[in-house]
Amino acid sequence: MSNIIFDRVARHFRRNGVDLAAVDGVSFEVRKSEFVAIVGPSGCGKTTCLRMAAGLDFPTAGSVTVGGKPVTGPGPDRSVVFQQFALFPWKTVVENIDFGLRAARLPLTERRERVGRYVDLMGLKGHESAFPHQLSGGMQQRVAIARSYVLDPDVLLMDEPFGSLDAQTRVVMQEELIKLARVSPRTVLFITHAVEEAVYLADRVVVMTRRPGRIGEIIDVAKVRMDEHWDRHERVEDVMDEASFVHLRTHIWRLLREQQSRNEQ
Amino acid sequence: MRANVALRRREFVVLSCAGLAAFFAIWALASMLGTTARQFLPPPWVVAEKFVELTHEPFSGFTLQHHLLSSFARFGMGFTLAVLIGIPLGLILGWFRWLDVIVSPLLDALRFVAPIAWVPFAALWFGTGIGGPVLVIFTGAFPPCVINAYRGARYVDQHLIEAARTLGARHWQIISEVLLPASVPSIVAGLRVSAGLGWQSLVGAELIVASSGIGYVLVKGQASISTSIVMSGMIAIGIVGFAIDALLRRAEMHLQRRRGGDR
Repeated sequence: MSNIIFDRVARHFRRNGVDLAAVDGVSFEVRKSEFVAIVGPSGCGKTTCLRMAAGLDFPTAGSVTVGGKPVTGPGPDRSVVFQQFALFPWKTVVENIDFGLRAARLPLTERRERVGRYVDLMGLKGHESAFPHQLSGGMQQRVAIARSYVLDPDVLLMDEPFGSLDAQTRVVMQEELIKLARVSPRTVLFITHAVEEAVYLADRVVVMTRRPGRIGEIIDVAKVRMDEHWDRHERVEDVMDEASFVHLRTHIWRLLREQQSRNEQ
Repeated sequence: MRANVALRRREFVVLSCAGLAAFFAIWALASMLGTTARQFLPPPWVVAEKFVELTHEPFSGFTLQHHLLSSFARFGMGFTLAVLIGIPLGLILGWFRWLDVIVSPLLDALRFVAPIAWVPFAALWFGTGIGGPVLVIFTGAFPPCVINAYRGARYVDQHLIEAARTLGARHWQIISEVLLPASVPSIVAGLRVSAGLGWQSLVGAELIVASSGIGYVLVKGQASISTSIVMSGMIAIGIVGFAIDALLRRAEMHLQRRRGGDR
């Protein structure tokens, strides 16, 4: 498994001849098999950070390295789960999950076995030959997550994966993701604007500032989770009821709120 | 709801028939008025008679159906060639920017050269062989295949391409499994334009480099100043062209219905 290192990363765009900094001086590490969530107001460059780790975008200054190697382009060692699911509409559930395995030219028997495992794990049994448009949003995102996990990537990059789901589905998917992370732990970079989601899922939460995106604070959630034994709860709402959870959540909210008011002045 | 749709369809048929009837009435009237010599503008019934006659009495060696058949075979070859080369080329141009920059100016200029302009070369290169007409049909049918495949490939949802790239897909897999299926609606629309232009070019080709076929019928009719033969040929061209288009339109609708729930 690999770590991700952002080292003084800046990303500037030119728009109508004006130089805009989307991200500026961002440095942090996602350690091996650690789950890090980035939260921040919209337009703070959190998605830009993820895209640079994915190799879909590149820093104008500084460097992004995964497993010690600078990122030069996209690759199956760094799977991405998109907010829009990005499933191939003309492929069935199984064909979608199989796509990356075929790209890797794995033998058929192994592909079948791996696809089958993730169909089971993500609760997609009975929907194998359905097309994406026949599935609900939640089911579609299960397919997208399976399609990424099945490649056994070193690193998982998730860009607001539950952002377009309704509240109940979202909670179910959060629980599923935690279960999946226990079965097969990964190095995860997770982008969200939902503070509770970040605190519930992540080992550490990176709070980013409004444009140009900088790092405001990094909060160690894993320590609190361990100390307060959040893991004894099965359900999201029980964890979210813990005083320590509420405390962390409020702390992050205040950080974001300060940003907001500073920006309005 | 259902009755409503049926009624509309009946209205549609009635109006279409009324249009055709009006056309034939004006034609008959113009012919009867005698401002042009009757020989140069024969009335519809004389043409109809000739049309029927041509279906069982050979003209220039073959019956009308036979001429149509040999025309259709040439069309089929030229069109198939245009599809087989044009669609992959369009997708590849839509994917590789550098190739697009090299090839597109040439293609853009060439597509303004009317297929009929290729006829001299068709004659020089292939004589009266099958190659000549096929080349001319190809030049007519090729551009819409390339352009529509290209457009389809260029307007694919970027998220799908990014997803494919992050899943480790190489160029070939992206072109065949992402760009091609995403471009199908655009490609099928292009096929209709392509078939229409190809079928039109065919007649031009046969005017010069053929010894059978529907275009050849037109030339021979013209040579013997038999306007009713020329008109019969024109009607046959129209009917077959309409049939080809109707077939492709059905395919297009079928496809749209099947893909209705996409995205």
